[in-house]
Amino acid sequence: MKKRIFAILLSITVISALLVGCGKDNNKAPASGDQTNNEDNKGNEGSDNELKGKKLAVIVKSAGNPYNARQSSGFKEVVEAVGAEVIVKEPESATAEDQIVMINELVAQKVDAIAIAGNDTDALQPALQEAMNKGIKVLSFDSAVNAQSRAVHVNQAGTELIGQSLMEAILDISGGEGQFAILSATSQATNQNAWIEAMQKVMESDDKYSKLELVDIVYGDDEYQKSVDQTQALLSNYPDLKVICAPTTVGIMAAAKVLEDQGVTASVKLTGLGLPSEMGDYIGDGDDKSTPYMYLWNPIDIGRLTGYTAIALVKGEITGAEGETFVAGDLGDYTIVKAEDGGTEIILGPPFQFNPENIDEWKEVY
Amino acid sequence: MNKETKRVLIAETTFSWKKFFLKWEWFLVLIFIGINIMNSFISPYYLSVSGLLSATSSFLEKAFIVLPMVFILIMGDIDISVGSVVALSAVIMGESYNRLGLPMGLAIIICLLVGALCGFINGFILIKFKELAPMIVTLGTQILYRGIATMILKDQASTGLTSITWFSNLYWGSIFGIPYMLIVFIVFAVIFGYILHKTNFGRYLYAIGSNETAAHFSGVEVDKVRLITFTLTGLFSAVTAVFLASRMGSVRPNIAVGYELEAISMVVLGGISSAGGKGNFIGAIISIFIIGLLRYGLGLINIPSQVMLVVIGSLLILAVLIPQLNLGKYFRRKQGVVKEA
Repeated sequence: MKKRIFAILLSITVISALLVGCGKDNNKAPASGDQTNNEDNKGNEGSDNELKGKKLAVIVKSAGNPYNARQSSGFKEVVEAVGAEVIVKEPESATAEDQIVMINELVAQKVDAIAIAGNDTDALQPALQEAMNKGIKVLSFDSAVNAQSRAVHVNQAGTELIGQSLMEAILDISGGEGQFAILSATSQATNQNAWIEAMQKVMESDDKYSKLELVDIVYGDDEYQKSVDQTQALLSNYPDLKVICAPTTVGIMAAAKVLEDQGVTASVKLTGLGLPSEMGDYIGDGDDKSTPYMYLWNPIDIGRLTGYTAIALVKGEITGAEGETFVAGDLGDYTIVKAEDGGTEIILGPPFQFNPENIDEWKEVY
Repeated sequence: MNKETKRVLIAETTFSWKKFFLKWEWFLVLIFIGINIMNSFISPYYLSVSGLLSATSSFLEKAFIVLPMVFILIMGDIDISVGSVVALSAVIMGESYNRLGLPMGLAIIICLLVGALCGFINGFILIKFKELAPMIVTLGTQILYRGIATMILKDQASTGLTSITWFSNLYWGSIFGIPYMLIVFIVFAVIFGYILHKTNFGRYLYAIGSNETAAHFSGVEVDKVRLITFTLTGLFSAVTAVFLASRMGSVRPNIAVGYELEAISMVVLGGISSAGGKGNFIGAIISIFIIGLLRYGLGLINIPSQVMLVVIGSLLILAVLIPQLNLGKYFRRKQGVVKEA
């Protein structure tokens, strides 16, 4: 008898939880709509009302990832400002299957645009093509889907801009002269090789780099231990080494650990591309810290540029063809260029700098 | 005298509407109707034929695993390796086509064979080492099969399957607006339902689930039945793999993660006791649509996926709790009191 009463009570609790859960979400939809309206009234900038009643959706890679959450918040900010409704979809796990289900749901809701960070380059093609056939504008960001499944891709950073930023950093940190070395991922890594090549081109292009000497490029194969070994080898082979540049998140973390463990951070400095969460403890201006600053992309700006691009596509200002230009709000003017995969892309700009001032905030994010 | 006794017996087992409507399946039908009403209220886009059909397709591919999973649970067993079997057979199919250059038709046959083999291995281990729990054995093979899939493809994908039109059409194609997959599913569902409720094999499954020892001594070849059922489960995981690959046009080792839990929850919601021996096939079929359409409806109003998990989890807890309340017994007791008076 007791057991049955308990069971009844439990059922009631669960049912009410169910009802409350659904009820909340029922209220949520109109609430967010109201918010949009308010913002719209505040903004009231004439042409902006053009997108009133339009629905722009964004699908990130997965739920519970702060990096993705920043991307969608950037998208939301930009799109809500023009009075359109924003739908944010976050799959439970970072799989293409979940994203396909979400694409179908968005098609059924007759959205006007879908921006997606693909969990698979090819697997989304049938679903996205179906969406495009129904007149929905499809664009990818952060992680591209193949050229047939999108109008345009929003790329976080172009090869040349990364090369440029890294060389500027080396020049600045070394004080304008001296030896530096590169610790890369594998010798076949497409991204890293392109960036290193871009760095070398930048070096040749300007006289101010003439006093810098690239003594070696070593490969840590994106394995932590191997990267540690390679860093130690660099330190013993080149006693005059001033800067190590690691354009890979695994490499830069391993190198930072070696430099600080060996206590050589006063004479050898580090920069490159790293994750703020992993590099938070190593970034600082003092002689006890290895990394004065480093780079990676800013997820909020990726989201915002994606938002502006989606708006431009929906308004018909661009179609995603090479050579078209548009204004992305305060981010400035952008031109659509040819991408390496045969499609077109928009490049956000130079990578974002993480320095002692902002690292505490960003290391919590991703 | 004899005749009289017989009549009494018949009288005692007369058809009772109350009993009929207290069946779990009717409760499921109610939930099903309730969910459809709720969905059409919360989203203006819900009642659209093309939307509903495409939503149905997206959960039906998993439903192929549900069919044999009903058998497994009725036997009192469980198989949690199915998601990995989907991944492994799909990866081998993709690589047979891409790396070995085999024609797609042959690759599909290989895929089905691999799936059946995986299921056979599960069953074989279970009948040879009877002291091992099915949960543990299939947990082991779950890790093993996905491990092999990952070894074959590493972090790569086997792509380019969309270029074969007839293969894409398996999932995306339709006749008179009805997806091929739905037709295939209905055919298999009818066959499985028939086997379970109308054949000796089905009765053996119930017998094993109720009391394995008794079944054994009544002449049921328990090992054989179990081996066939597990092999069938592997085979139908591979069927899911074919449709999944057709949908995505590319396969990678991390596909179909968590499918085992979705399939098992559909079966359990269908009123099939995980202790074995109890349950109706139609219940599982209704549950497939309950969970699938509930997800679709909530997806249409863009509920965060975490909240969706809470809703579906609650539904499952309800499903296993309500039979515990034993409403049927309560009503029958009341009836008894009335009779006595």
